[in-house]
Amino acid sequence: MAKLTFTGGIHPYDGKDLSKDKPIQEVLPGSELVYPLSQHIGAPAKPVVAKGDRVLAGQKIAEGGAFVSAPIHASVSGTVKAIEPRRVVTGDMVMSIVVENDGMYEDVGFYPQAPLEKMTREEILEVIREAGIVGMGGAGFPTHVKLSPRKPEKIDYVIANCAECEPYLTSDYRRMLEEPEKLIGGLRICLSLFDHAQGILAVEDNKPDCISLLRQLVGEDPRISVKALKTKYPQGGERQLIYATTGRKINSTMLPADVGCIVNNVDTIVAVYRAVMEGRPLIERIVTVTGDAVANPRNFRVRIGTSYKELLEEAGGFKKEPEKIVCGGPMMGFSMFDLQVPTTKTSTALLGLSRDDVSAMEPGPCINCGRCVEVCPGRVLPSKLADYAERSDEEAFLANYGMECCECGCCSFVCPARRPLTQEIKSMRKIQLAKKKK
Amino acid sequence: MGKLYKVSSNPHIRSGMTTSGIMLAVIVALMPATGFGIYNFGIRALFVVLVTVASTVLTEFLYGLFRKKMTITDLSAVVTGLLLALNLPVTIPFWMAALGGVFAILVVKMLFGGLGQNFMNPALAARCFLLISFPVQMTAFACDAYTGATPLAALKAGESVNALDMVIGRTAGTIGETSLVALAVGACLLILLGIIDLRVPGTYLVTFAVFVILFGGHRVDPAYLSAHLAGGGLMLGAFFMATDYVTRPVTIKGQYVYGMFLGLMTGIFRIFGPGAEGVSYAIILGNLLVPLIEKYTRPVAFGYRKGGKRREK
Repeated sequence: MAKLTFTGGIHPYDGKDLSKDKPIQEVLPGSELVYPLSQHIGAPAKPVVAKGDRVLAGQKIAEGGAFVSAPIHASVSGTVKAIEPRRVVTGDMVMSIVVENDGMYEDVGFYPQAPLEKMTREEILEVIREAGIVGMGGAGFPTHVKLSPRKPEKIDYVIANCAECEPYLTSDYRRMLEEPEKLIGGLRICLSLFDHAQGILAVEDNKPDCISLLRQLVGEDPRISVKALKTKYPQGGERQLIYATTGRKINSTMLPADVGCIVNNVDTIVAVYRAVMEGRPLIERIVTVTGDAVANPRNFRVRIGTSYKELLEEAGGFKKEPEKIVCGGPMMGFSMFDLQVPTTKTSTALLGLSRDDVSAMEPGPCINCGRCVEVCPGRVLPSKLADYAERSDEEAFLANYGMECCECGCCSFVCPARRPLTQEIKSMRKIQLAKKKK
Repeated sequence: MGKLYKVSSNPHIRSGMTTSGIMLAVIVALMPATGFGIYNFGIRALFVVLVTVASTVLTEFLYGLFRKKMTITDLSAVVTGLLLALNLPVTIPFWMAALGGVFAILVVKMLFGGLGQNFMNPALAARCFLLISFPVQMTAFACDAYTGATPLAALKAGESVNALDMVIGRTAGTIGETSLVALAVGACLLILLGIIDLRVPGTYLVTFAVFVILFGGHRVDPAYLSAHLAGGGLMLGAFFMATDYVTRPVTIKGQYVYGMFLGLMTGIFRIFGPGAEGVSYAIILGNLLVPLIEKYTRPVAFGYRKGGKRREK
């Protein structure tokens, strides 16, 4: 049988050996934790605490601002020090709640609302919403919205995105190895929301140990299957994953639910499990700290709001002078000019790279080699789109499927002329999306 | 705030492939054919190569000085010079070879905007320019090593040719086109390095072979067919010039269309035309059609059906 995959994609150096064998290690935060009110897609959360209030770990400190939004919880006990704009990974200043950690780690007490089998669909969704769960793979789309499609009876598949195709990242890998029962349990909870949906655990085949472990634990469950995918970036991209596992195709104007699919990342599904079965809101996640400049690459269990700087110190600091610091994977992550920014619900990794490929070479003219066309998973013509974007030819950009770019970065990665193709296309997409909103 | 780290838009890593790396690989891949040409035609072939390459590089260098933008480090001028030299007869006067180099770089490449902007393969355009301007010198294949006609000319005249000589390359012709073995070694290298693929050369050769079988008047005659495939500039053209990134369609479907067009035109020129050769003209004609081919072979994005309609549920 042909391997499950998609057309296009790349095989970059994966760097996972640096941290894949490091067990998840707990990190306790320093004195200050910062919670940006906008760490998800949708309306920013609204603070429900004031400066000077004492808060407990797990206490809700901000309420979801709309249906597409998510509440935020304190991850430590302490005092609200300020509600002020703070810098986040993208470089923007975002209104944030700052909590002074008292070091006691007193929590509100976590207990499940009711046994799962006694809960209705609406009650489960409400627990997920209240727990502040959002897509933890990077996009941050509120999970309760994802799990409430307009026609729930049309959902055929709930796909657990265990591909982890970004180079260097190993947080999902460790999660699968160390807490596989929570992943499977979380998937079962998601499946309970839909009458006839099948669960798929989709893992890239560079993680054979995860595949066999998950297969063993799933056993004979008729509703869940473990699927091995070809190792190729961006195998974990939503559109590519749906296609590889189900053969169904969606474009940028559609939601996965339009073809009967719902896709959630590993950490998100584990968060669903912990919210429903243990009554815990989303206050921690796994973050990989790695890269060739980092002294001791590690996978950390991090209380959300902890500064990246503290994670780096916990990993022994830098052994080489880094040129570039990236939050997230090297393909889709954000580079940061400073480390003093907080981790959020969507922080997957911190990378310290001793060499910055991007600034190492000047872009040259396009030689029309077509490598970007070969690798583009959206099957568009990146070189042409970048050209239209550069010349602000919006009509040609739209007519040639410019909005279908998923910003995976494959085109920029392969470009021998070092053209910033993804960047050009991304900028034009942003302009077009902003125009649509008006 | 202490030291600030570098920031840029994603992705933050790049593959090792660069423009100059690609050009270098093409130069290396042309070395077997160049070496065999020098062995086959004598030391003068080396001088033709050196003069042509020097003229292309120098032209680009001077143009760069004039425009205050130096581009010779991308090595593309060397590739153009080398390809042009391999397409010239060994007896060509040196000034003529140099003139070809200047034409290729100045007129065909730089005046249209430099690397990536030329609409025709510079080496082939220069060859055709020389062929039209100096037909006698450009088709004088008699030299110290050979007195007779090229295998294709012999074929056209109805004579038989020695297939083994053609495979090895012990025949008359331009400096770089004669040896099938040397060209195959270079082509394999480019394929293995992922620099070219078989879409264009494959469809080109298959289409041409079918054309020869249908209209060559010899039906399925292996000797006649292989002489046509191995003869003239077909292999050099199919693997090293039809695959030129800049002047072939970037769309995947378009590359098949382009390959078929080249096969068809080469067949027409060779079988029905007055001359024995047809590859150069076929390719530069194909170059001119590239924008049109690209326009009609735009891919449909992932998740769409043909016609751009939103996919039904």
